[in-house]
Amino acid sequence: MAVYEHDVLVIGAGLAGMRAALAAQQLGADVGMVSKVHPVRSHSNAAQGGINGPGLGEDGGPWEEHAFETTKASDYLGDQDAIEILAKEGGREVLQAEHWGVVFSRKPDGRMAVRRFGGMGKARTFFVGAITGQAILHVLYEQLLKPSVYQAMRTYEEWFVTSLIVDDGQCRGCVAMNIRTGELHAITAKATIICTGGLGRVYEPSTNALICTGDGIAMAYRAGAPIMDMEMVQIHPTTLKGSGVLITEGARGEGAYLLNKDGERFMSKYAPNLMELASRDVVSRAEQTEIDEGRGVDGCVFLDMRHLGEQLIKERLEEIYEIARDLVNIDITKELLPIQPGVHYIMGGIKTDVDGLSPMPGLYAAGEAACVSVHGANRVGANSLLDTLVFGRRAAEHAVPWLQGKKFRPIPESVVEKDRKMIAEIVDRPANGDRVAKIRRDMGLSMSENVGLFRSPDKLEKQKAILKELRARYEKVGVEDKGKVFNTDLLFHIELGFMLDCADMIVTSAIERKESRGAHTRLDYPNRDDEHWLKHIALQRQPDGTEKMFYIPVTITQFQPMERKY
Amino acid sequence: MKVKLKVKRTDPGTGETSYSRYQIDTVESTTLLDALIQVREYEDGTLALRCSCRSAICGSCAMRVDGRARLACRAKVIAITRGNQEHEITVEPMGNMPVIKDLVTDMELFWSKIRQVKPYLQPEGPEPEGEYRVPNEAMLDLTHTMNCIMCGACVSDCTVLEVDKNFIAPAALAKAYRFVGDPRDAHQVERLRQYSEYGGIWDCTRCNMCVEVCPKGVAPMNRILQLREMAIEAGITNNAGSRHTKIFTKSIEDGGRLNEVWMLPGSVGMFNVPRLVKEAPGALKMLRAGKLPLSQMIPPGAPGSHKISGMDRVKNVIRKSAALKPKKAEVVSDGA
Repeated sequence: MAVYEHDVLVIGAGLAGMRAALAAQQLGADVGMVSKVHPVRSHSNAAQGGINGPGLGEDGGPWEEHAFETTKASDYLGDQDAIEILAKEGGREVLQAEHWGVVFSRKPDGRMAVRRFGGMGKARTFFVGAITGQAILHVLYEQLLKPSVYQAMRTYEEWFVTSLIVDDGQCRGCVAMNIRTGELHAITAKATIICTGGLGRVYEPSTNALICTGDGIAMAYRAGAPIMDMEMVQIHPTTLKGSGVLITEGARGEGAYLLNKDGERFMSKYAPNLMELASRDVVSRAEQTEIDEGRGVDGCVFLDMRHLGEQLIKERLEEIYEIARDLVNIDITKELLPIQPGVHYIMGGIKTDVDGLSPMPGLYAAGEAACVSVHGANRVGANSLLDTLVFGRRAAEHAVPWLQGKKFRPIPESVVEKDRKMIAEIVDRPANGDRVAKIRRDMGLSMSENVGLFRSPDKLEKQKAILKELRARYEKVGVEDKGKVFNTDLLFHIELGFMLDCADMIVTSAIERKESRGAHTRLDYPNRDDEHWLKHIALQRQPDGTEKMFYIPVTITQFQPMERKY
Repeated sequence: MKVKLKVKRTDPGTGETSYSRYQIDTVESTTLLDALIQVREYEDGTLALRCSCRSAICGSCAMRVDGRARLACRAKVIAITRGNQEHEITVEPMGNMPVIKDLVTDMELFWSKIRQVKPYLQPEGPEPEGEYRVPNEAMLDLTHTMNCIMCGACVSDCTVLEVDKNFIAPAALAKAYRFVGDPRDAHQVERLRQYSEYGGIWDCTRCNMCVEVCPKGVAPMNRILQLREMAIEAGITNNAGSRHTKIFTKSIEDGGRLNEVWMLPGSVGMFNVPRLVKEAPGALKMLRAGKLPLSQMIPPGAPGSHKISGMDRVKNVIRKSAALKPKKAEVVSDGA
């Protein structure tokens, strides 16, 4: 057992985490970065299509246009002060990434190329083929390997965070398990930045990796930080049937069509202007409607890329070509690709201000785990990569000056006792015929069934009851692996606990919001109701263990809410 | 249909190895990863393996399948067994790395080699206001190398690494190419010099294993060969590898065939007396066995050196190939 100390602790080493760590280290802070997987395995690497660069390219328009389109896409639930910052500072982050070596695709004149993306009238999405997330993630990792940075920072690679440490109302770091030894340690810090990403595995299927289990969001909730907008779960229009693997919006950005079983480009009925590049929630609902009304095949509609030509596909969509070929035996240069809407992203998360600071002192968050909110009720594609870089940096830039000169009392080793007891109790449970995987699967399938694209009060209440049952099962289920080293069985158990907490928050918020806005569609309240619901729903665990729900007003600066049509 | 798996286990405490056997129900689209996850979730929770994205982008799930390294999430079970239900798929951890537990290896060797090649862009001079202007061909060329997801398959099956842990190994050298080939990097010659030292580009034996096992078409060996060309062109020739290349080409240019006698001194250095003395017994054996033809005693380029008939055709081939520009990185179909 040991206690480690840092100025800044970053939890999660994806794009947001590494960007925050780099920025903090550049400001002279002593940084610790903990990740349950090696940094380049983070799910940021699965982002395919691109990153928005507002005001950067010649034809993308000024950053104000991006701010407007992001606000509109958010169905006016986004906080406009944060959105303005995203749009104003985004271009600089994209350029920084290029200067660090990201191999952005180019135009003939050597400048970075752009493609169109959903929800935006002009092309301002910069990209690296169809591997933009991976490309940027690897370059950030490279920057951390520079000797001056590498030697100054400590990376806790394959350490699993089990809980946050809160002392005297301040967040003071975390308790984490070294996965290689099974030992628990306290990693203390003056400022903690949570960059643990999303929670796609709460649903089944989803585009998300197996590691996306809402760890940071659940831990922040358990520590008493407010969590906001959890009902806003983005359902991506184009995912592969069965596995849920993502097919980038960039395909539609390069000109792909969406067809129903009659070969129609059905988006003309739902979004006559932007068609396939309307906002994601609009497209997903359109697809599901076509499917529900009998114009799909086997629960899918089709992505048509045949007219794009082999060369463009090989140059700009190679990854998609390979996924289609290897996972479903389809050659997208010649055949239609069946796709369906799938869970992809959580707009909600740990409530923060525009500097990534949550209401709990010492606790910051950035990236998908945070809710500033820049995405409101629906996220624009290629804004998430931007979000991670802008707010990852900002969190570090606020935290480092803030912690200068601050002294906190040391955290005793005994802080790990609570988690040690919890783990011992889990490991000691006898086999009872149930399994963690079964509970997770039941949770995932029922969440997809009852808290999906189209929500109704009876299904939501049903899900509430289901989650209660699942939780009862969870309290009793054990693990098969009783070892210390690399006990992934135990880690999955702890992750399931995080996921159940997140699922509860999603359902509670979905029941509460009695309107349809962005990604949240209520069949009993099909319209947007600005008079009563232009506000965020926040959930916060109280010291006595009960949950308080309250509302946070939306910050409106330039754009008054209007009817939203594409 | 059912599939049989034979999975190598390593006990993390004692280091003892064993094999566990499982039978899993599969369908046409089932990947090896799907099957292993099923084992882990429903049959044997003690099985340890790394996996995350399920779509060949995170690089976590590289392992040896029937003796060859590959990504479990890209390996369709039916393709491995070819429909033969009796075929037991052997699943083992990656090679060339210590094993932590079951299919989880310690990849520190892999990462330390990546760090060795200075894997970050080193531009020089003031940063431009906008982006660096670079041709799209250069970026496309590098994108193929950037496809590398750091899975470790190439390092697992590298035959040089098996006998010499000093070799920087395919992944790091492919990464090295990514910087040498980037117009924005200002340290290309310095890099080439570093990679030309012992353990670098000249220690690859061109066995092609890394090309075969790479799931993303990075073709590390081809990058190594490109680095060799670039190093020679940059004048970095004071090493056995470049000298070997030079005496080889000189031999062909001069006489149309490989001059066995002069290959060795040409490669190790004409005045490398210690090395030549060391090889002398071997050379004598070859002489006695008739493997050192007298016709080759005259070095290539010297008057009277042996030439095959049809030298004009050889010279034609050489002239035409010299006129070709160096090949850009090609897309090699992946090893799925």
